[in-house]
Amino acid sequence: MPTYGKGLRGLSILTFATITVALILVFFYVPLDATQGFIQKIFYIHVPLAIVSLCGFVFGGVLAVMHLRTGDRRYDMRSYVAIHMALIFGVAALVAGSIWAKASWGHWWVWNDPTLVSYLIILLMFATYMPFRFSIEDPERQARYASVFAILGGAFVPLNFIAVRAAQQYVHPRVLTLTGSNLPGPMLLTFLVSLLGIALLYITLWKYEMAAKNARIQLRALRRRLLGDDDLSPLQRSAAPSL
Amino acid sequence: MSLYAIAPALPLHAAGKYVAGAYIVFVLVILIYVTIMAIRLGRTERALVELGRDIARREEAGGDAPGAPAELDLEGEAAHLSGASRGPGDSPL
Repeated sequence: MPTYGKGLRGLSILTFATITVALILVFFYVPLDATQGFIQKIFYIHVPLAIVSLCGFVFGGVLAVMHLRTGDRRYDMRSYVAIHMALIFGVAALVAGSIWAKASWGHWWVWNDPTLVSYLIILLMFATYMPFRFSIEDPERQARYASVFAILGGAFVPLNFIAVRAAQQYVHPRVLTLTGSNLPGPMLLTFLVSLLGIALLYITLWKYEMAAKNARIQLRALRRRLLGDDDLSPLQRSAAPSL
Repeated sequence: MSLYAIAPALPLHAAGKYVAGAYIVFVLVILIYVTIMAIRLGRTERALVELGRDIARREEAGGDAPGAPAELDLEGEAAHLSGASRGPGDSPL
């Protein structure tokens, strides 16, 4: 069985250092936005969180493909944790975005913007992933069906992104385009460092969660090996994968 | 014209609380997650201690645990994992 804790200390230090540098850049280096002023500082946390959460959903889908291809249940576990983490990041992105919207537009939420609504649809779709898993009792079927769900959901993310890009009516600013960014140098640098920090945080927490799950599975296996099956309480029904 | 383009910039004293709010939300989400993980880690640790006790009880009763290696030192392992017998640079991670 792989050990997910390997390299976690170095990764945690790197993540902490990158996020610290990003915060220093955000509050002490990057100039104030000419239009938005100080409120634009939310951009450096909101956009990286949203991008990383969407990439996390795609990552979960890719791992689900690996699960269906190989039949290895560890990929189902990895996919589950990837989606779980992406959901946490997604909720943080949504709340940070709502605060920015309230400050900038005077509303917590705007329903006529395709970017906002499509992101909410993706988030709500993946929010049903856990109850969906829980509804299937047989672990083998649960893993298989959840992988199909994760692949469809993961494929929906880039399709949704293209559809939103094609939209003509929008409220959300278009700062990053396929041909580059509309950000001046210092803002782009700060944004990229923030994006790197949030991406590293996602990877660190993914590894952290995988290591914790792996430890619990190993402990249960050890208990079974040492004390026999009779001394083990049966596994409770759960949305989380069991190996 | 988009709503974004016509929205006026907030003065610093008004914008500050929103910016602080957004960053606090981020920190809170991470803190809640770490707290949940810490609770789970505590549960795993308790299960490990319980397993050690079960094995000791079985050994005292004279019966060998099925498939248990005789030289298995769970207390030593637990001490190693908690860092009690750890040397410099020897990380459980």
